[in-house]
Amino acid sequence: MPQLSIVHALNQGMHRAMEADSKVLLMGEDIGKLGGVFRVTEGLQQSFGDERVIDSPLAESGIVGTAIGLALYGFRPVVEIQFDGFVFPAFDQIVVQLARMRFRSAGALSLPITIRIPYGGGIGSVEHHSESPESYFAATPGLRVVTCSDSHDAYWMIQQSIASDDPVIFLEPKRRYWQKSEVNTNAKLNEISSLHEARVLSEGTDCTIIGYGPTIATCLQAARLAAEDGVSLEVIDLRSLSPLDMPVLIKSANKTGRVVIVHEASRSGGVGAEIATRLSQECFYKLEAPVMRVTGYDVPYPPSRIEDDYLPDAERILDAVEKCMGY
Amino acid sequence: MDQLDSVVQLLDSNGSFANHSQYISTLSDSELFDFYRDMVLVRALDEQATALQRQGELGLWAPLLGQEAAQIGSARAMRKQDFAFSTYREHGVAWCRGVDPVDMLSFWRGTKHQGWDANQYRFYGYQIIIGAHALHATGYAMGAYLSRNTETGDAGKDQAVMAYFGDGAMSEGDVNEAFVFAASYQAPVVFYCQNNQWAISEPTRRQSRVPLAYRAAGFGIPGIRVDGNDVIACYEVTKQALDRARSGGGPTLIEAITYRMGAHTTSDDPTKYQVFSDVELWRDRDPIERLKVYLRAKGVLNNELESEISDEAAALTERMRKGCRELPDPNPLSMFNHVYSESDLNIDEQRREVETILSRSQNN
Repeated sequence: MPQLSIVHALNQGMHRAMEADSKVLLMGEDIGKLGGVFRVTEGLQQSFGDERVIDSPLAESGIVGTAIGLALYGFRPVVEIQFDGFVFPAFDQIVVQLARMRFRSAGALSLPITIRIPYGGGIGSVEHHSESPESYFAATPGLRVVTCSDSHDAYWMIQQSIASDDPVIFLEPKRRYWQKSEVNTNAKLNEISSLHEARVLSEGTDCTIIGYGPTIATCLQAARLAAEDGVSLEVIDLRSLSPLDMPVLIKSANKTGRVVIVHEASRSGGVGAEIATRLSQECFYKLEAPVMRVTGYDVPYPPSRIEDDYLPDAERILDAVEKCMGY
Repeated sequence: MDQLDSVVQLLDSNGSFANHSQYISTLSDSELFDFYRDMVLVRALDEQATALQRQGELGLWAPLLGQEAAQIGSARAMRKQDFAFSTYREHGVAWCRGVDPVDMLSFWRGTKHQGWDANQYRFYGYQIIIGAHALHATGYAMGAYLSRNTETGDAGKDQAVMAYFGDGAMSEGDVNEAFVFAASYQAPVVFYCQNNQWAISEPTRRQSRVPLAYRAAGFGIPGIRVDGNDVIACYEVTKQALDRARSGGGPTLIEAITYRMGAHTTSDDPTKYQVFSDVELWRDRDPIERLKVYLRAKGVLNNELESEISDEAAALTERMRKGCRELPDPNPLSMFNHVYSESDLNIDEQRREVETILSRSQNN
């Protein structure tokens, strides 16, 4: 099995999706000749031509709005928003138009659009390049919101998203773009487990850590450190922020009785809040401690020289675990 | 579209000067010398910042190389009471507004989101989101009009507003909505589009089938094309548009045609998409070189003065290197400041969390 970076896995996943379905086309700023600012689409214009890998004008609302029109015509657009902080000019098209089309047309119209967004911080960049906007989308009925944390998922989840008949917000952990891991490219798309399945990455008995995207590497690091102290953490990669795979989360919470949720996005109204509420309803009698959150703070993303103080790290996760264990 | 048809130019690329029928320059020799000095220093500033990024002192930098005349000419046309809204590339405008270059670096080093007080310099912070500030500039101009700070005839009072953006921004909804509002209310704003031919990797023809200034007509705004590498033309065209705006004549769209001689940012690799011969063509149109030829022929510039400016540039870059490295990292707790105008229980609680973490790491 090849070792691929997340960038290369996404690139090859899209290549395969474009080979499989001639209606799949890519659109975005600088994705053609340049291959995207992160090189995720590198070489695809050479392979598929400039009518399937389209450099768009510099207008995010235009990109999503015209993708809706293309989808109505029968295409399956995959659009790139260059950075997380640039998605907001397209917000109306995404939450007001795209998300509701199936519902308002009583199922007559379907918009199979994938919106790829590199997201999250930790890259030392300037304002508006390190945002975690997932809660806005996870709170919008009609959108599927997913994120990968390794190359295997990047390769398959992008194909599953493109194949989905619903709009998918596909969040790419840009801090981990160049992290390499094994990809089983020999599998078949219909054999891959559901796009919305949460995955137990390492089994444990004392406390469950739920993370996603860029925080997974941090959660696994915390689990290794905890193990040295004899504390057994179960790490779950959420993978899908909407819908949530509650059965997997409930099973783990019932087993360990303690849960810590980790995300870079601000705490209040974050994905963690939804999970904590549902676990407290479903696992009330099994929980040994309140569900904890380790997150970005309720402030705009800070200047990069202090982003390490904002981003969840292993130490903060272990603090939360210790608190849980103290109940 | 050939870029230089029907374009206002007073100083050609060989350094020959001729007044334009609608733009008669009254700039004095000493003003022209100052423009030259500004451009040389700003280029030095830009090269130094690029080098600092390469050395790992800055996270990123967006070079202005090639756009010195477009920025200096237009910004020197502003009066003290005017206000400029800019993108992340307008270091030359920041310079003219009096912003300290070390304060410019703080944004790119990641110590601050805004390195200066916008009201003190009457210069907004660097705007990353393409075109968003065109609306802010228009609203600010509406404010000047509603506050009766235009059309008084008092040269020290009447205000106009500059909105700087690039060719890529012409596609954004916000910029087009700004044109609608500015035209509707005849707001005293000058839209100054530096067409540097590239939105990262995309040529201007991806954004428009017609010269960008032609778009203005559809909004009921005058559109003017100016040679963006001719500092005299940029000054005169902008000055006339600002004066028209402050005296009740409404908005103008200026397209300053120039070329991005550097990368989009230090993260970019333009060799992947730029054509070498284009770059060479524009190198011959260098904004500094042509003014140098003109001023030397006029006797305004000589070796001695050149060497004085070089010394000044060396001192400036020395100060930038030192100042950049000495920029203090923010206190992590500062991220909890200024989220709201008043203290907030939730924010205070989270600040205490970080205090605990910090005091523990200090004790270890």
